This record gives sequence, structure tokens and C-alpha cells, in this order.
Amino acid sequence: MSEIALEKKLGVTSIGKFRELGLLVFIILLSVLVQLRNPNFMTLENINDMIKNTAILSILTVGMMLVIVTRGIDLSIGATLALSGMISALTVSANPDLHPLLAMLLGTLIGTVCGAILGFLISRGGVLPIIATLGMMNVYRGLTFMISGGKWVSAHQMSPSFKGIATGSILGINTLIFIAVVIYIVFYYFINHTRTGRQIYAVGSNPESAKISGINTVKVLWMVYTIMGALAGLAGVLWVSKFASAQGDTAMGYEMDVIAACVLGGVNIAGGSGKISGIILGSLLLGILDNALPLINVSPFWQQAIQGVIILVAVIINALVKRKVDRNNLMRRNI
Amino acid sequence: MEKRSIVAKKEFKLRSFFFQWEWLLVLILVAVNIINASLSPYYLNLRSLIDATMTFLDKAFIVLPMVFVIILGDIDISVASTVALSSVIMAVSYNNLGVPMELAMIICLAVGTVCGLINGLLIVKFKELSAVIVTLSTMIIYRGIAYIILEDQASGKFPSWYKYLGWGYVGGVPFILIVFAVFAVIFGLLLHKTTFGRRVYAMGNNITASRFSGVQVDKIKVIVFTLTGFMSGLTALFLTSRMGSTRPNVATGYELDVIAMVVLGGVSTAGGKGRIIGAILSIFLIGLLRYGLGLKNVPAQALLIIIGLLLIFAVMIPNLKINMGKRRKLHKAEA
Repeated sequence: MSEIALEKKLGVTSIGKFRELGLLVFIILLSVLVQLRNPNFMTLENINDMIKNTAILSILTVGMMLVIVTRGIDLSIGATLALSGMISALTVSANPDLHPLLAMLLGTLIGTVCGAILGFLISRGGVLPIIATLGMMNVYRGLTFMISGGKWVSAHQMSPSFKGIATGSILGINTLIFIAVVIYIVFYYFINHTRTGRQIYAVGSNPESAKISGINTVKVLWMVYTIMGALAGLAGVLWVSKFASAQGDTAMGYEMDVIAACVLGGVNIAGGSGKISGIILGSLLLGILDNALPLINVSPFWQQAIQGVIILVAVIINALVKRKVDRNNLMRRNI
Repeated sequence: MEKRSIVAKKEFKLRSFFFQWEWLLVLILVAVNIINASLSPYYLNLRSLIDATMTFLDKAFIVLPMVFVIILGDIDISVASTVALSSVIMAVSYNNLGVPMELAMIICLAVGTVCGLINGLLIVKFKELSAVIVTLSTMIIYRGIAYIILEDQASGKFPSWYKYLGWGYVGGVPFILIVFAVFAVIFGLLLHKTTFGRRVYAMGNNITASRFSGVQVDKIKVIVFTLTGFMSGLTALFLTSRMGSTRPNVATGYELDVIAMVVLGGVSTAGGKGRIIGAILSIFLIGLLRYGLGLKNVPAQALLIIIGLLLIFAVMIPNLKINMGKRRKLHKAEA
């Protein structure tokens, strides 16, 4: 009996894992197809380029995953990113001698404040996440325009050391990639091996019982949005350094890309589940699409629609797999 | 007997809570008008006030069905892309395919309707996917298709009578205002005076209970989303007429404006609560606020901030009033 139960359980978990595996297979298939059309795709240089371009997206995706796990959503990150990027760019252009690390710290700090305000509104004020972040998105975006006076901060106003953040390398790895990897390792440990990290999942899967079992849900929610803000702030500095320009409309609509990466990576929008490995694959898939479609001469005007279709197909497969898992669970209960 | 008791209970609830909400909106609207009038001597001029409605009524058409969507507890973020796609297809079929304008306008409405129908069908066929995810992907797809069709071009050169839609008057009243009033009455009656409307409320309050009481929940959901698509097509007609030409990036960000108006109008994103009149009041509130402050040369960025804060406080005020028990229920409903 126990053997049967064990077998069933194994069967179920392997199906549960299938989605990520499916995503991986999909990515490999896509890569092979692209490689056949354009042999430049799988060169070390291009892969390095691609990962570099995905780094900022993947940093934001971690924060967004935590937010979505708690049943929330954050639409304000594009604006937070722009605000922190703009303020740090202005600071750098005023003080060219500023150490890049300080600039990054400043950006992160601004993002943290933005996120903490959101967290307060959502956890204490009881405003629904979609409304609070929608409202603050307007506020942060407006602030970005006002602070900059509608002007751009362009490359020649930035010190070489600041622009060097994105082009430099640490231990032979591009700084952007290095930062993303560090963040992923830290958060992998945080959400899987610390009490607070597990509490995020508890709050997401069942807020009521989390509260009853003594978890401070207000604190957890507040923390999650603050983390998201901090990551968006950091990403803002990296973004400005990478593109060597800060504009009022930087990263407008970027939140949708980030949410799409999460959804592709199997983060359940209803909350409670989401894995680091999943979102790595999710961001990677979006990165590959961005990189590969131009390489195989897909017109840039087709890219958006293709991306949309792939996202839709991925989430529908997700739904179908989930249906199968649920049915298997039911069958197990019958025995 | 039973039915009457349900109706009586509903009536009481609305009166105790939402009656106040809409009065609050009226108060804010009056305050906005007083502030505007005191700021600018040109504001209180009936002629220009009526003309001002033409500038913000185009997206107001989507607000009406969005009230239904949000009362259902769902959300539709693909509306702006639907506007873009229907507008682009209309322009291309007239300019490039030689379709007569009258037919092109019908095509525009049809495209919108089909977009909404696809949303609705996807949402009821794949219940595991929330409306956010489905409409997020279709948002990307619809706009992507618009880009495929028109690339980075603009398409204009409509017959001169088409301008009348967005700029014309009937007996001194803008044509668009009359059409909006007609639709507002239709949607108001549909929501508040028909069984269809009552069922929408019932589904928003408890979809499982509604299903078990014989409400065809899937059918109603599909109808509501299809209506949203149709009204997006209508918006495309008026918007294109006002602008005189169209581009794939037309109506960017409309979805957030529309959702903000609906929520400001007292429609709860948790579902089951809200009235058409509140949404209509908030359309005029935000529209006149924009117009008045625009007269005073308040920068658009400051307006962004004001509207964002207004949105958040609008949602927070009733939250402060509801006692803790009710708030907990709201959170549960959100899940």
C-alpha cells in the first residue's frame, strides 16, 4: 500500500516538474531551430550578450515572483526603475567623482523607499495591490518627469566610471550578469532556507491560516513590496548605466515583460507557488526571443505578436498540466 | 418571497455604503469645479466645458463595460490593444483594400467584438488562468498584430464626413456626448434593471453559488468580455476620427486610465460591488480635473501624480470606514 502511494506520489511530482522541463525542452528546441537558421546564435559572444541583456529583466523577475507569490502584483516597477535611474543619473552628472557603488546604493535606496510606501499602502492601508501600484505608478512616473524637468540625462553627462558599471566585469564576468547571479543565489537561499522566506509562501497559499499560525502577514507583505522596490531601484541604476541615458519614459510598460517572465516561469498568479529555477527559465526564454528573432531575420514588427502568442501558449500548457495533476490527485484520493 | 428578500437586502447595502460614495464623488466633482473656476477665469464657460467633454469621452466608452468586468471580479487589460487593432484594421481596409468607409467602420466594431470574444472564451475555457493573465497575453498579441499590419507607419486620409464622429455637433451638443449618454443609459439599465445585471452582481459576490443556483456563469462572462471588446471598437471609431489618422501605438495606457476611472467610481476590484453612476461621475471628475488644470498650464506630469494619489485615497477612505471583519472578508474575496 505504502509502495503504491509512494509510486503515485512520485508520478505526481514528476508531472508537477514537467512544466519546467517542458519549458527547458522548448528553450532547447527553439535554440536548435535558431542555430540551424543562423550559426552565429550559439557563439560564446552572442550568448554572453544575450545573458547580459536578460540580466536586468531577471533581477526584477525575482522581486515580482515574491510579490505574485503573496497573491499581489506590482505595476509600478517600471516607474520606480525610471525614478531611481533618473535621480542617480542626475546625481552622477552633478558629481562626476561619485563612486559607482555609491550611485548603485543611492538608486537602491530610492527604490526601497518607493517600495516601502507601496508596502505600507497595501499591508496597512488595505488597498488592493493592483490599485495601489497603479496609483503609485502614476505618482513615480510623474515625479520622474518633474525631477528631470522633461529633459534627458545623456551619455556625455555621465562619468565613465558610472557607464562602466554595465560594461565592466568582475572576476571575468560582466558586472550585470555577476549582480544578477549574486541576487539569484541570495534569494534562492532566502526563500528556501530561511523562516521569513518560507513565510512568504505561507502567506501566499493561505493568508488566513498563515495569520492564525502566528505569521505577521502585514510584515511579510510590507517586506515583499520593499524588496521589489529595492530591486527595481538597483535595476534602475543598471539600466541607466547600460543604455547610458536616463529619460522620463524609461522602462515604460516594462512591468508587463517582468510579469510575463514570471508567468512563463510557472509562477501561479493566484499566489502560493513559484520557483527560482522556473523564473530563470522564464526570463531566459524572453531573452532568447528578444535576441534570436532578429538573428533569424524576423521583422521587428512581428516580434511582439510572436512573444504574445508564446506567452499565451505557455500559460495554456501550464493550465492543462495543472488539470492533469489535479485529476491525478483526485484519482489518488479515490484509492 | 425569497427573491424579494435578496433584493431588499441588496438595496439596503447599497444605500448604506454606496449612496455615500457617490455623494462623495459629487462633492469632489463640485470641489474640482470650484477650484478650477477660481484658478482660471476661462473655466466656467458652458460652451468650452461642453467642448472639453469631447477630449476625454473616447475612452469613457470602455469604462461602461469595464464596470461589468470588474464587478465580476475580473479585469481586462487588453482594451487599449483592442482599440489599436480595430483602429488599424479599419484604416488599412479603407486606405489599402478599398473597402468603403461605412463597411470599414463596421469592420472596426467587428474586430473589437471578436477580440473581446476571444478573451472571454479563453477565460472560461481555461479557468486555471485568471483574467489578468489571459488579457495580458492578448494585450501583447493584439498590439503585436497591429504592428504587423501597419509596422511603423501611420494611416489616415479618411473621408471628410468621418471627422464628424469626433468633432461634430448635434444642436450644439457634441455628437460623442450624445452617443455616450445613450450608451451610459443602456449599460445602466442593463446592470441595474435586468436579470442579466443581477446575475453579474451575483457572480461577483460568489461565482460558485451562482453556478449552483443555475446562472450560466460561462455564458455571462463571455458576453461581458465581448461587450468590452465591442465598446473598445467603438472607442477606436471615435478616437481615430478625432485624431484623423492611426498608428499601432495608439491608445497606449488607456487600460490603466479606464481601470482607474472604474475603481475611483466605487467599483470594488474584489467584485460584486459598484454602480454605473459612480463610474460615470469619475469619468467627468478626472476629465474635468485634467481640463481645468490644463487651462492653468499645470504640467501633465503633476496631473499624473494628482490622479495617482486621488486613486489611492479614493480606495483607502472606504477601507478606513469598513471595520476589520469586513476588511478581512474583502481580502478573502480578493483571493
